[in-house]
Amino acid sequence: MQRFLQLPGAAVRPGGREADQEAASPVLAPEGGAPPWYQALQPEELRWLQAPEEDTTPEESLEGPCPEPGQGQSQSQPLRHDDLKAMLDTNKDSLKLEAMKRIVAMIARGKNASDLFPAVVKNVACKNIEVKKLVYVYLVRYAEEQQDLALLSISTFQRGLKDPNQLIRASALRVLSSIRVPIIVPIMMLAIKEAASDMSPYVRKTAAHAIPKLYSLDSDQKDQLIEVIEKLLADKTTLVAGSVVMAFEEVCPERIDLIHKNYRKLCNLLIDVEEWGQVVIISMLTRYARTQFLSPTQNESLLEENSEKAFYGSEEDEAKGPGSEEAASTALPTRKPYVMDPDHRLLLRNTKPLLQSRSAAVVMAVAQLYFHLAPKAEVGVIAKALVRLLRSHSEVQYVVLQNVATMSIKRRVSTGPRPALVVQQGMFEPYLKSFYIRSTDPTQIKILKLEVLTNLANETNIPTVLREFQTYIRSMDKDFVAATIQAIGRCATNIGRVRDTCLNGLVQLLSNRDELVVAESVVVIKKLLQMQPAQHGEIIKHLAKLTDNIQVPMARASILWLIGEYCEHVPRIAPDVLRKMAKSFTAEEDIVKLQVINLAAKLYLTNSKQTKLLTQYVLSLAKYDQNYDIRDRARFTRQLIVPSEQGGALSRHAKKLFLAPKPAPVLESSFKDRDHFQLGSLSHLLNAKATGYQELPDWPEEAPDPSVRNVEVPEWTKCSNREKRKEKEKPFYSDSEGESGPTESADSDPESESESESKSSSESGSGESSSESDNEDQEEDEEKGRSSESEQSEEEGKKKKMKKRKKVPEGQEGGSSSDEGSDSSSSSSESEMTSETEEEQVEPASWRKKTPPSSKSAPAAKEVSLLDLEDFTPPSVQPVSPPTVVSTSLAADLEGLTLTDSPLVPSLLSPVSGAGRQELLHRVAGEGLAVDYTFSRQPFSGDPHMVSVHIHFSNSSDTPIKGLHVGTPKLPPGISIQEFPEIESLAPGESTTVVMGINFCDSTQAANFQLCTQTRQFYVSIQPPVGELMAPVFLSENEFKKEQAKLTGMNEITEKLTLPDTCRSDHIVVQKVTATANLGRVPCGTSDEYRFAGRTLTSGSLVLLTLDARPTGAAQLTVNSEKMVIGTMLVKDVVQALTQ
Amino acid sequence: MSRGEARGRVPGWGGGHSGRRGRGRRRPCCHGDAGLSICRGFQTEKDSLHSLTVSTMIHSLFLINSSGDIFLEKHWKSVVSRSVCDYFFEAQERATEAENVPPVIPTPHHYLLSVYRHKIFFVAVIQTEVPPLFVIEFLHRVVDTFQDYFGVCSEPVIKDNVVVVYEVLEEMLDNGFPLATESNILKELIKPPTILRTVVNTITGSTNVGDQLPTGQLSVVPWRRTGVKYTNNEAYFDVIEEIDAIIDKSGSTITAEIQGVIDACVKLTGMPDLTLSFMNPRLLDDVSFHPCVRFKRWESERILSFIPPDGNFRLLSYHVSAQNLVAIPVYVKHNISFRDSSSLGRFEITVGPKQTMGKTIEGVTVTSQLPRGVLNMSLVPSQGAHTFDPVTKMLSWDVGKINPQKLPSLKGTMSLQAGASKPDENPTINLQFKIQQLAISGLKVNRLDMYGEKYKPFKGIKYMTKAGKFQVRT
Repeated sequence: MQRFLQLPGAAVRPGGREADQEAASPVLAPEGGAPPWYQALQPEELRWLQAPEEDTTPEESLEGPCPEPGQGQSQSQPLRHDDLKAMLDTNKDSLKLEAMKRIVAMIARGKNASDLFPAVVKNVACKNIEVKKLVYVYLVRYAEEQQDLALLSISTFQRGLKDPNQLIRASALRVLSSIRVPIIVPIMMLAIKEAASDMSPYVRKTAAHAIPKLYSLDSDQKDQLIEVIEKLLADKTTLVAGSVVMAFEEVCPERIDLIHKNYRKLCNLLIDVEEWGQVVIISMLTRYARTQFLSPTQNESLLEENSEKAFYGSEEDEAKGPGSEEAASTALPTRKPYVMDPDHRLLLRNTKPLLQSRSAAVVMAVAQLYFHLAPKAEVGVIAKALVRLLRSHSEVQYVVLQNVATMSIKRRVSTGPRPALVVQQGMFEPYLKSFYIRSTDPTQIKILKLEVLTNLANETNIPTVLREFQTYIRSMDKDFVAATIQAIGRCATNIGRVRDTCLNGLVQLLSNRDELVVAESVVVIKKLLQMQPAQHGEIIKHLAKLTDNIQVPMARASILWLIGEYCEHVPRIAPDVLRKMAKSFTAEEDIVKLQVINLAAKLYLTNSKQTKLLTQYVLSLAKYDQNYDIRDRARFTRQLIVPSEQGGALSRHAKKLFLAPKPAPVLESSFKDRDHFQLGSLSHLLNAKATGYQELPDWPEEAPDPSVRNVEVPEWTKCSNREKRKEKEKPFYSDSEGESGPTESADSDPESESESESKSSSESGSGESSSESDNEDQEEDEEKGRSSESEQSEEEGKKKKMKKRKKVPEGQEGGSSSDEGSDSSSSSSESEMTSETEEEQVEPASWRKKTPPSSKSAPAAKEVSLLDLEDFTPPSVQPVSPPTVVSTSLAADLEGLTLTDSPLVPSLLSPVSGAGRQELLHRVAGEGLAVDYTFSRQPFSGDPHMVSVHIHFSNSSDTPIKGLHVGTPKLPPGISIQEFPEIESLAPGESTTVVMGINFCDSTQAANFQLCTQTRQFYVSIQPPVGELMAPVFLSENEFKKEQAKLTGMNEITEKLTLPDTCRSDHIVVQKVTATANLGRVPCGTSDEYRFAGRTLTSGSLVLLTLDARPTGAAQLTVNSEKMVIGTMLVKDVVQALTQ
Repeated sequence: MSRGEARGRVPGWGGGHSGRRGRGRRRPCCHGDAGLSICRGFQTEKDSLHSLTVSTMIHSLFLINSSGDIFLEKHWKSVVSRSVCDYFFEAQERATEAENVPPVIPTPHHYLLSVYRHKIFFVAVIQTEVPPLFVIEFLHRVVDTFQDYFGVCSEPVIKDNVVVVYEVLEEMLDNGFPLATESNILKELIKPPTILRTVVNTITGSTNVGDQLPTGQLSVVPWRRTGVKYTNNEAYFDVIEEIDAIIDKSGSTITAEIQGVIDACVKLTGMPDLTLSFMNPRLLDDVSFHPCVRFKRWESERILSFIPPDGNFRLLSYHVSAQNLVAIPVYVKHNISFRDSSSLGRFEITVGPKQTMGKTIEGVTVTSQLPRGVLNMSLVPSQGAHTFDPVTKMLSWDVGKINPQKLPSLKGTMSLQAGASKPDENPTINLQFKIQQLAISGLKVNRLDMYGEKYKPFKGIKYMTKAGKFQVRT
């Protein structure tokens, strides 16, 4: 450092500086530097010096100095830019600024201003902000070349890094990291690390930007940088997300494991990230999803025929050999039915709105994500957005059309008997007309559109497409016309029905005045004729006549080949053509000459009488041709067809060799094989692997453990077997939710799917995922609050769940009629516990040791409950407040348990159904149709704000009731209904249960609607008890108290009551309260107090209920809620329930 | 990495690096060998300094005018030699027309992605795989920003403001990755030049760089700066629809779509929260929004709710493609015929209104590219003026307003090359027109409400229909 610090002094000395600098600068004197060319620079440099004034004014036109011959070379170099240096050395900011402006203008024009470095670098600490900025620009540009001098500026930036203003910190880091000087790597590393934990997200963003800069400077820092990336990935702000993912992609794209924990967060933040970040994140997530989830198409392949399956196999990877396909197809039947991972669904759902982005890059990124990740049925949504992009700038059109061309390709299975069409083929068909070509389109766009039109052409739309092509043929753009003719040829080969029409059209083109058109037509006709030569003797004759006029070599060659190949169809014309060609042989192009030889040979073999001499003449001419290919061919052909004395073995087979039937060529799109590149990538566009392209990985055979994405899960719960769990979930959900459960199949309607998905992800994820996916409709900040809340309360929640399990049977015993939904859920939760004995066996054992007094009954109780629900009598253990020591260890031990049960959490929370079955429609009034309803207390799958109501229909008439559905509801404002799917028919004596969701909008107003059958309409109404308008939440004791403290005064309703004797035991109290209101129990330190908490469904306001029961029977009930009406009603209901 | 390129320099060529380079000298070397090209500027040798690992999205930007001069270059990392543009020039020569230059050109070590706007090629140099639309979108954003800053984006303007341009570019990209692309934030960082400010700057020596630090970047609404103040609070919305159509020979519509945008000019104090509702939002089924629009609100209520950026911005663009919804406001009657024997052809066009909802059609211009065989035309317009360029064969007729009582027509003869056969091609007719106070799709804004601020803003809505790519085939 010391040395450098002395430098500027020396540097400003005009004399010695030049040499110094040249030695120091690798640019001016590279190793093994070539003085000659450096000399060559000088005249120019000197000329510059002649007129330094004009030269350096930024306003000057960029013509550059005119070379003025005769300018003396002896002008002393040190004088260059002296005026600028002088200006930079003054104290006046305006002069400095002027100088810097000139310098920047020089840089912009690509002029070398590196010799000003010492003068400029001094101004890095300048107070004037614009000067400073321009100095930064200069520094970043030249620091690499003047490393020693650049070090002078470092301390300024180091000071800046500690500035209280975040923007200054950020800008200091930005410039510091942009100076590409290896010596400062440690300083940069330190700065980045510090900035990564800066308070300000903006500084953290800058830190993320700095990571790739440092990495490119010194890749040895990778490990440390990965640590920083890991830290920044956990950042929760949208500002940082895009930049850090970019850094991740640059530095360690292979460390996919870093993403696991942040996956859900990234998905949820995505929509708020700025556009550039969105693109980067989406493409990273595409890769991630390909490694972590199962292919959504495998389900379909199970259902479809074998040929399809093989086809899908090949779609995934062209390079995969046939062996692996077979392996795949044998593996498939054994695989379990495909169920989309909720996280996979989360990604698809959260990216979909981005198709509406104004940025073409984002739209394309989402489109490729859907193309690569979405189930077949859903890919279609991207078509509209991509077509919209076609209105954009022509460069955007160019890229989009390339991708559309790949997506729209129809593929044929080479092995299968019939062409299997791909998913994507149909999705652009409705937009066919958007690809019609305008005469004003640039040629490259026209040709791409043509490609798409050809791909989209099928049996039904081919007439329109061909009509459109007809107008294109008359275009003035000849390249385009040629492409159109090719396209017609492709349509003709692909669609057999129109082959003759196309052929006739093409033949008509043969009389076109434009030779290029004719030539192109000939080439295409040749290919078409090969498919069915026998019927087209006339066309071949017509073509033969054209040989006199057509001059385009390719076309001539094609005609000759055709005549040779099908000479038996034109036996009289063929020799004559050969005669003419023999005459003009020497003047022909090479490609034509080869075909003349070919024609001669074939004619000689079929019609040697007439053509023997001609053939020999042609071969002789060819023998002395300038082109060695032609000479070779002539020699070869002669040996083959003209039997020599030895009677070559081959010549006997000459006829077979020359006149073997040849397979017709397949006219294929040039985009055929493009899709093994990731769409939207540069490599795809170029159809060649670009530097740094990462292959899109194949879908894994087996899904990797999905629990790695659970954020708060302790390590050891990973062992839960997901497949097993899925299996078990199914009966549960299919009972309660019909087909909209999380077991949704990939082919179900995308709309309903995405709706139900929000639910399923929250259910089948672990505890925390429910709060995460709920946030869909929440404000972001609220979401954060909640997730942290749930984090804290998790421990409590677990204890809770434990207790709840015991309470299930109590509730049933207690006489409240159980409904099917809660019944099945509780039983399935129990059976799940049995299946997890492996884990439990260890856990309870340790638990028992620790807690001798209470442990015996608890595990015993559990075992009993597993065996028989009905006969279970609850133990009189105090579940509410176990000794604190126990409770913590218990909670810890049970953590795993509850988490593996997590999909069932909601049902565990509210095992008791709401007020039993209520009648909706009496069977007399309903003419045999009886309808009951219950509040199932399960979260409604479509909308978290809705109360889920189970409706039980039973048909007691003797005719089937058909077309049961909900008719037009007349709803008070705010209330909305999610109808149940129509029941097609209900046979006599049968009954069925459906779920519908009602958003009561936190009021007890009745929802009135009509139940319609095919013949009748019944007016019915459902009025919810106030207790059903809420859902339980977990709160810790402290949180409860905190929340309660906030809700005092008007929000607090208190009521005194006396508990009857029957109602003094803990479990009965708890049971009665939970039966009345859908609330969750909150742990409590004192035994006499019961606390419950819930949130109203629509507004999410807290409802806190406290019951202070004295042993004497006197009790005080307190309800705290923002919603006073609800609070009052709740108090009334609970009091009634308790005192009954 | 690009040592090959760097060392391709031929001694003796060094003298030739004056700023101007003619077309003839552009390709002095063969590009057969990978990476071998002659350098023309003296930056070339610095190429050798490239670090080994390449990791940046957009490496450099070159601005090239239509005559092939590189008039501005900006590097965000190490310098990439100008000689890389030779590949671009080569492609340009091959393409013959500017618009046919492929947007992506691979070279041995780099990829050149370009956009062509305002007669300037913006060529970005990249080295690694990056989504091409990412770069193209960014380049367009750069052009938009320049336009926003300087009013027009042309070579002289960029040259005049080279320092501002440079500063803006510096802020837009950091290490090749987009940093601040919202023009609101940029304008806070670097003030756009105005005549007044230029004068003031020269007198006082003050600067264009904002002396306050930008706060917009830090806020939750990154597109709006804080502390906006206006004395007249106003919000104007322009609903502009363009009709793209292809009409066939017989006058029937082959395809027609409406491309609509709502451009806004919002000058409101503070942090207003606006909602815009439509009479018939169902028309808008294919939309894309400015990031400020709350998507969920739109999904659920079909209402546009947003905190607007300050100044001019595009709120929304939409697309109506259902053909029955698209009314075609004009028709063209044409009779263009070439006779085989004679060297004269007939040419006759009449333009008339069709479905205009009672509005006048203004600003009508007819252009047509005639076949090469046409030597000259002698035409008489019933109104307006026409020109025919015998070199490019471009006919253009500035019609003006259409008077439904007296339809404008253009009649006359074409003289064809004597002896040559009649041209195969039929010219297409391109139409431009404007209709004020009409949104052809029928879209109507219902109301605009403002929340969050107390004052009463002045509101205005304007509708306009224009021809987009409106073509009539003959």
